Amino acid sequence: MRNTVPLFKRKWFTIFLDGLWDNNAIFGMVLGMCSSLAVTTTAINASVMALSVTAVLVISSFLLSCIRKFIPDQVRMVVFMLVISTFVITVDFVLRITVPDISRALGPYVGLIITNCILMGRAEAFAIKNPPLLSIMDALGSGLGYGGVIILIAVAREFLSTGSFFGAMLIPGWPAWGLAAIAPGAFFVLAGFTMLFNWVRGRLKNKTS
Amino acid sequence: MKFILIILSSAIVNNISLRYFLGTCPFIALSKSLRAAFGMGAAVTFVIVATAAVNYVIYYLILLPSGLEFLSFLVFILSIAAIVQMLEIFIERFLPALYMAFGIYLPLITVNCAILGVSLFMVLREYRFLDALAFSFGSGLGWLLAVSSMAGLRKYLALSRPARLLGEAGITLVITGFMALAFLGFTGMLE
Repeated sequence: MRNTVPLFKRKWFTIFLDGLWDNNAIFGMVLGMCSSLAVTTTAINASVMALSVTAVLVISSFLLSCIRKFIPDQVRMVVFMLVISTFVITVDFVLRITVPDISRALGPYVGLIITNCILMGRAEAFAIKNPPLLSIMDALGSGLGYGGVIILIAVAREFLSTGSFFGAMLIPGWPAWGLAAIAPGAFFVLAGFTMLFNWVRGRLKNKTS
Repeated sequence: MKFILIILSSAIVNNISLRYFLGTCPFIALSKSLRAAFGMGAAVTFVIVATAAVNYVIYYLILLPSGLEFLSFLVFILSIAAIVQMLEIFIERFLPALYMAFGIYLPLITVNCAILGVSLFMVLREYRFLDALAFSFGSGLGWLLAVSSMAGLRKYLALSRPARLLGEAGITLVITGFMALAFLGFTGMLE
């Protein structure tokens, strides 16, 4: 009986897709901007950051959703923050041991995952009200939606500034556009992607309606 | 003289929102009106200095001697939340005029990454106590400057017609990019 429902109409899949595309954290809701701009100088850094944020998001959403019946309403924000920062500390340790160079390049921005609005936002909007498995899907969707976008931005910035892709030189003699590697370039590239996203979304909406 | 240099360098040359991207979410969300932007900026400056001072004492007098510096993220964010809460109660009770001016922005500040970011930078760069105070004050001023000038610029958007596809967030990002370009001109003014 259950298998007759098509994949894209199942509840867990719509929840996943909602976080990934429809309510994409960066384009749809303008959340988590600091890290999306600061760590996107090279694609490797951005991938590590995307993975870290998704991991913290999934684990903390799962845990908070498991204990949601025991969290008193008045102190829920403090509980969210405690859980999230505990896992951020764990991730920081893992990064420092496994990829020390990238950990140094990310610097304080690993700690700043705590104040990434996506984490608090998903905990408050979803995990506190829904069962654990659905919360995992929601966290996975939002995390991958955020991660995919910052990797895209990073690939664009890395290519514009050095002509390489994930550290491998694509076009030797690329006229290095240094602006893309520093702050103003980050803002312009993100604005460009916002435009692209709005255009694609407009096209999709016209097709389905 | 040294303090003036640190304040200038953190407020203008290394502006935290235009160079380190800290506090970008409220930067975009709150720069719609000059009043709100200035109120939030003043609140942020105040809280940054208070939390940097408290976190400095906690880090160097408690965490470091007992070898618990890996807990700094957790302790910093808790102390920021506690300080913001206390400030809110204190200001509401004793300074009602000030509370009317920026009281509503105080709860939002806990998740402003500029606050936690300044505390983390302070530890990372190993400032002495007074230098750390100057650095945090300058950073707060820099954020206030950036968000207020952004709000001033956004007023003129009502008179122009930017590309519709950019949306409100997109055009704000473009303007921020140009502001960052302008601030780039200060690079090299101080060491």
